[in-house]
Amino acid sequence: MSRRPASWHAATVIAVAPETPTARRITLDVPTWPGNDAGSHLDVRLTAPDGYQAQRSYSVASAGEGTTVVLGVDEVPDGEVSPFLVEDLAVGDRIEVHGPLGAFFVWTPPAPGSTPAPVQLIAGGSGVVPLVAMLSAHRAAGDATEFRLLYSVRAPADVFFRAELDASTGVEYVFTREAPDGWATPPGRVTRETLRTLTVPPEREPRIYVCGPTPFVEAVANWLVELGHPTANIRTERFGGS
Amino acid sequence: MQHLDGNVLAGPLAGLFAFDVTTASARCAGCGELAMLAQAMVYADAMGYVARCASCDAVLATVVVESERTWISLQGLSALEVPVLREDEAPARTL
Repeated sequence: MSRRPASWHAATVIAVAPETPTARRITLDVPTWPGNDAGSHLDVRLTAPDGYQAQRSYSVASAGEGTTVVLGVDEVPDGEVSPFLVEDLAVGDRIEVHGPLGAFFVWTPPAPGSTPAPVQLIAGGSGVVPLVAMLSAHRAAGDATEFRLLYSVRAPADVFFRAELDASTGVEYVFTREAPDGWATPPGRVTRETLRTLTVPPEREPRIYVCGPTPFVEAVANWLVELGHPTANIRTERFGGS
Repeated sequence: MQHLDGNVLAGPLAGLFAFDVTTASARCAGCGELAMLAQAMVYADAMGYVARCASCDAVLATVVVESERTWISLQGLSALEVPVLREDEAPARTL
């Protein structure tokens, strides 16, 4: 795989669609985009008529070669950038994006002939976006690595990229506020016990990717270490609000 | 203030180094902990970014991005360990 240097690109919005009651899927055409590894992010820069600029990072939900870039953006109340992206951005609008960024929180297919460790993905809320990219890249590569996703989400309506997740095996949901009818487990947050029962155990030495709001990521990462996973096998990406 | 982590520094620091510096291992001058910059705790506000050691909370680096310049202090880093890349190698490594 070639290096993909980051640079600023002009992007045109080619599709917008509601993703959840508070989030939107935004599809960009970026003619100069060099492609991106699964899990990487980009920075969006908005410039107001008076010259004021605001910049935020968003994970890319798409991966691989190609100049179509997909974002899943959750609106943060009182945020500076996300309300514009979710409510106001329209097809045909042009925005500036900087990327692809981040070589730490990425997954690339293993070398042919290797016997890779299983991969455990753990998402909180919209933190599932870069992990969806990893699942898609894994599927697109025809890679035989065992992949599992544990997805903590408020309610069924808040699930991002449901069609993509339905196409993947090994996806476990934890509903924190409202579960589907007949769901075996009452709504509740992820706990250490959840991780122990629903994720790949430490004996199998999985590579683990955790993405979500900062408190979620830190709680999960600490529990994973308590369960016996070496910190070197855990990669984390936190996001805050705005 | 809610902190983020060093992944968010990939954009502001892109172009200043010949590689993605968030994958460099950084040694904290305070406690000696060695961790990738992506794993540092990062506090972001309108002024810029402050990266702190995830183990001892000491300030590792400060980045201020303005339209005309980027200002970087690496006051709390005693060393950076950088993987050598050959032309034919991908910069990213899966775990």
